[in-house]
Amino acid sequence: MSEVFDVVVVGAGPGGLAAAATAAETGLKVCLIDDNPAPGGQIWRSSVLKGPSADAAGWMRRLAERQVEVRSGCRAVVAGGLTCAGARTLRLESQRGYADIGFGALILATGARERFLPFPGWTLPGVFGAGGLQAFVKSGFQIAGKRVVIAGTGPLLMAVAANLRAAGARIAAVIEQAPWPQLAQFSSWLAFSRPGKLIEGAAYGLKLLGVPCRTGAWVTRASAAGAEVEQRLHSVTVSTGRDSTEIETDLLAVGFHLVPNTELAQLLHCRLEHGYVKADAFQRASVERIYGIGELTAIGGVEKAQVEGRIAALAVAGRFEDARALFPARDRWMRFARRLDAAFALREELRTLADGDTTVCRCEDVTQKELAGCRSWREAKLHTRCGMGPCQGRICGPATQFLFGWSAPAPRPPLFPVEIAALEEPFAQAVVETGQPVSSSST
Amino acid sequence: MHRTIAISVNGTPLEVPSGATVAAAVLQAGATSRVSVRGEPRQPLCGMGICYECRVEIDGRPHQRSCQILCLPGMQVTTE
Ligand SMILES: Cc1cc2nc3c(=O)[nH]c(=O)nc-3n(C[C@H](O)[C@H](O)[C@H](O)COP(=O)(O)OP(=O)(O)OC[C@H]3O[C@@H](n4cnc5c(N)ncnc54)[C@H](O)[C@@H]3O)c2cc1C
Ligand code: FES
Repeated sequence: MSEVFDVVVVGAGPGGLAAAATAAETGLKVCLIDDNPAPGGQIWRSSVLKGPSADAAGWMRRLAERQVEVRSGCRAVVAGGLTCAGARTLRLESQRGYADIGFGALILATGARERFLPFPGWTLPGVFGAGGLQAFVKSGFQIAGKRVVIAGTGPLLMAVAANLRAAGARIAAVIEQAPWPQLAQFSSWLAFSRPGKLIEGAAYGLKLLGVPCRTGAWVTRASAAGAEVEQRLHSVTVSTGRDSTEIETDLLAVGFHLVPNTELAQLLHCRLEHGYVKADAFQRASVERIYGIGELTAIGGVEKAQVEGRIAALAVAGRFEDARALFPARDRWMRFARRLDAAFALREELRTLADGDTTVCRCEDVTQKELAGCRSWREAKLHTRCGMGPCQGRICGPATQFLFGWSAPAPRPPLFPVEIAALEEPFAQAVVETGQPVSSSST
Repeated sequence: MHRTIAISVNGTPLEVPSGATVAAAVLQAGATSRVSVRGEPRQPLCGMGICYECRVEIDGRPHQRSCQILCLPGMQVTTE
């Protein structure tokens, strides 16, 4: 028998934490699930040196006061249909096995991942995602004294540079592909906003410290040193389109802004718009009793995620007036999100970085020249196994979309590779009904 | 002082701070995580459970996503 909650929140980043606490404080029975070892999502990932983030801890205290059930190390892999109690179910997988959970309303707060674009050498040991390297450092990798080049695009690069420097790294350069005029429009707006001030502060701090920050430049190659099996990153080549320079480095942290993790929403038949989950003013997705918040609805940062989480929770509780009071703040962050997209739009030159031998699909080692002959993602999958490895196209999908204009087909269950047994069992009957009925009425 | 945990990576003892993930330990040991289909050495990429480049054997269980797993005392990690 599986337990049923009034509200299940998937994703314990800023958005999911705010949604779970707000819902619980209206008296609803809430369960918050997340696949990381601890709550916090990406930005509030706890650090082995500094401990859990104070922001995350603040929300966690509110969750504890309301006895919200928090399940970490647990991922939603399959969605079930209606049960006799009218609730739907999710199948969760963890190290301990799997469990089913029923929900009256479901708030999706699955966040975003980095976009990776292939270029020669990007599979070498020593090359990491930008947020990726930051995550490894927070979780125990000692970077003190190591030379790091940070490259790609997006406000994350400056945040990562500042954080890695604080952890003792020697930042050899920050390389942003967006041209300065495109960024300047954004930065004049930035000066008046809070996240803007943070980004600007980081950039200013780095300049003071003499870290070379270049805009309108990108990494065209990562080169290795060492024998065949011992190959490690040795240097990167940086181009501005007119000239190129080589920078020696120990590590390269490279990411091209973020893409939303829409797979679970898609599995639940929620409609997407421009690649994001389509949500109305109360954060309701196109499927009844399912809500989308945070990076899922637009890449807009930590404040947007939290205000959307609160709106969704209040809407679930039927407190529409309270939710409405938060619309102006949310709308401001939505405008910020659109400006982010425009400021960090990818330049054309990046489409031609991969040469024929560059690996595009890392799981199955499929190269650019194998894919160049295919007309669609489907054809590529059939002929080359691109996207058929364990990441299920999460890394190569956004890359092939940019390189070839392919759109990935809707994901199929399970959302992540699971043990066969977890799939074959029928869904448990969800019959335990608790808490107050969930409002699904519109206003 | 932060508490540390003793594990082993490919038979070599390693001290990591408590709360460290296995992926961070693998990087700290200077190891690669897996060997790709065409035989290339790989290291963890995304740090958030998405890319599967961090798969290693932990206490005899193969293909574990090491960026999502915390180190425990005495853990034996084997990379490809
Ligand atoms: C790698 C990375 C590093 C970042 N670092 C910074 C930074 O230093 N500074 C900054 O300002 N912004 C940073 N950002 C951006 C920041 O993450 C967002 O602005 C903010 O965290 C968005 O909050 P969210 O709640 O929407 O999603 P997130 O914080 O992304 O949280 C989503 C959570 O859902 C979980 N999840 C996803 N799918 C499932 C599933 N099927 N089952 C269970 N759980 C699931 C994820 O593991 C994650 O914990 C980073 C983003 C990334 C991708
Ligand atoms: S580093 Fe990407 S899944 Fe672990």
